[in-house]
Amino acid sequence: MNGPHDLGGQMGFGPVAPEKNEPYFHAEWEKRALGITLSCGAFGAWSIDESRHAREKIPPAEYLSASYYEIWTRALEELLERHGFATRAEIDASVKLTEPATPKRILKADMVPAVLAKGGPCDRPVETQPLFRPGDKVRTRNFNPETHTRLPRYARAKTGVVEAVQGSFVFPDENAHGKGENPQWVYTVVFDAGEIWGEGADPMLTVSIDAWESYLEHL
Amino acid sequence: MSGDHHHSHDHDHHHDHEHGHSHGHDHHHDNRYSDMQARVKALETVLVQKGLIDPAAIDAIVETYETKIGPRNGARVVAKAWTDEKFAQWLKEDATAAIASLGYTGRQGEHMRAVFNTPETHNLVVCTLCSCYPWSVLGLPPMWYKAPAYRSRAVIDPRGVLEEFGLRLPETKKIRVWDSTAELRYLVIPERPDGTEALSEEELAALVSRDSMIGTAVAGAPR
Repeated sequence: MNGPHDLGGQMGFGPVAPEKNEPYFHAEWEKRALGITLSCGAFGAWSIDESRHAREKIPPAEYLSASYYEIWTRALEELLERHGFATRAEIDASVKLTEPATPKRILKADMVPAVLAKGGPCDRPVETQPLFRPGDKVRTRNFNPETHTRLPRYARAKTGVVEAVQGSFVFPDENAHGKGENPQWVYTVVFDAGEIWGEGADPMLTVSIDAWESYLEHL
Repeated sequence: MSGDHHHSHDHDHHHDHEHGHSHGHDHHHDNRYSDMQARVKALETVLVQKGLIDPAAIDAIVETYETKIGPRNGARVVAKAWTDEKFAQWLKEDATAAIASLGYTGRQGEHMRAVFNTPETHNLVVCTLCSCYPWSVLGLPPMWYKAPAYRSRAVIDPRGVLEEFGLRLPETKKIRVWDSTAELRYLVIPERPDGTEALSEEELAALVSRDSMIGTAVAGAPR
């Protein structure tokens, strides 16, 4: 979707303002928000793709004024409600009002080191051979789905060169909507800044994206 | 923001929502998030009452990212790459395995790629679509990495962004920006500073900042 999250090339946000000796957390609630989000991820009820889509569906004015842990928390409330674990009414009231759905797994403290060390690999075998090879000139597709995609707006309908075949991975555009993992080959595609930004682009700049095979067409 | 002494006042004014959560999706001027400390406390309370989460697991997650998984991990990878040609080659060919050999694996580091700065090219990593970041080697991302200013500008004006970090690159230097749009996570291997031939791996690691592994800095000069 063309949501507020798709920020590449937008303007007006001011300087980056890095903070010297930034702490990992700026408030106690951020620690809890991180831990709760990861704990709920362990339920096994939604994929990382579905959770990303829940974040990007936050209305633009709210998304752009929220800190990232706030974005996570808002999206988590949506996911908890969607999958029957907790309603916003319960969170508003700070009390359990309904019986939750049954998660596949409840994360306990002693499981944390192993779970974090394992992560959630997204590479999956596919039967097909890659359609593109390093050095191939490709054009990214032009589309504007209302659903989840990982092809940023600035990189649509642009000509680039395949630099590497990176393996085959879960396809987020479908997996985010419960349509299955449907893995595809993923390629690193490099664009000259002039192709993306046109007049005045930095001649010494190249930008790459990692693109699923169905984002690309042979030129 | 650190206490929770005011945790009850935020939910009280939502008690009139008896018809409940159907409202929840379209609250554009919703003030339920005006006090995040209270909101997250309420979320945790409900999930604990339901037996869905373990507060001790949350503590363990926080402790892991405060004390065990951070940019010192990545700095050790870089220092080893600087001192061990075979390791550097392994990083180029299979970064996930090379990094795992030092004990750094897992969440948001499942599929690693190492990109090497050279005299000709400077690498910079961003995630324009969310906040993808190599947690296993750099830990939790800084706030600026997740914020709109960096995510919007890194791909169109990286030189301007770098200057805000105090890094001025010559105009003849190529810049390659890696937008982390898939599940690959990028670690920049900065160039080894001059005059560091006599330093140990540990001393070298101390020259490698978090920002130098994102690409918003270069490795430090030896003292």
